[in-house]
Amino acid sequence: MTDQVQKFLEIADDELILGWRNSEWTGIAPLLEEDVAFSSIAQNEIGHARAWYELAARELGTTADELAFDRRPEEYRCSRLVELRLVPDWAATIARHHLYETADEARIAALKQSDDPEIAGLAAKIDREEAYHRMHAQMWFERLQDEPRFQAALEELRPLLDVRDEHTPELAELWEEMTMVRRSVAGATW
Amino acid sequence: MIYEVFRQERKGQAFAHAGSVEAPNEEFAEAYAREQYGRRGESTALWVVPREAVHEIDDFADELQKNYHRVDGYPLKEKLGKARELAAKSPNGLSAGAG
Repeated sequence: MTDQVQKFLEIADDELILGWRNSEWTGIAPLLEEDVAFSSIAQNEIGHARAWYELAARELGTTADELAFDRRPEEYRCSRLVELRLVPDWAATIARHHLYETADEARIAALKQSDDPEIAGLAAKIDREEAYHRMHAQMWFERLQDEPRFQAALEELRPLLDVRDEHTPELAELWEEMTMVRRSVAGATW
Repeated sequence: MIYEVFRQERKGQAFAHAGSVEAPNEEFAEAYAREQYGRRGESTALWVVPREAVHEIDDFADELQKNYHRVDGYPLKEKLGKARELAAKSPNGLSAGAG
């Protein structure tokens, strides 16, 4: 596997798992408007995951679905940060959202500079959606930054951002849930 | 705070009231309006206005029942009918449409 494919998988896994975790707020976010906004962000993340999985799948001769759902939990390349189940802690959820969007911005900016026009184009397209995620993360950050609970969550979560080689038990639990339907029928595609 | 959201479906069209969002400030209101009324390509533009900025007028005095001021107060149907009848009977051949 080339470094580039590895990179695509890192991003795709991050976006898939974070999208899944963020969607756990659907129906129970602190206010109705936030419910809609945060669910929409979660959907976007999963859409981005799909796009990166498709690029990786072409290189590896497989499909996006197989990459997303048919690997073992230990094969995922996502960051520890996105694995944690944070419901019902909104402060921690926003802390993660802010840490993630800040890191993701740099990663996407680098991909926009790619010599491969397909990669640069996809990164630019995704970045136009991510701009709203960043605005959302930023406005919540400004609102919560003086809250001790929020500051504590930031400190606690920040070191997890770059850990990709060992996963939390929470990823395995999420994997069970995420792949249950797919595993229920051998060879089925959805 | 409640913000009223107006949306424009196509460029050049009038803005119509879309609904409202509850948000702690203007920035949140914009983000929420964007997600609720703009993310499916259903709007070309939005107006987000604090509810207090909207001045509602709902008292319209009409003490003397001047129903001829109203759009529905001046029925033409009967008059048109009579005019058409006259035109049809007219010996100099005026067409009904010109009545």
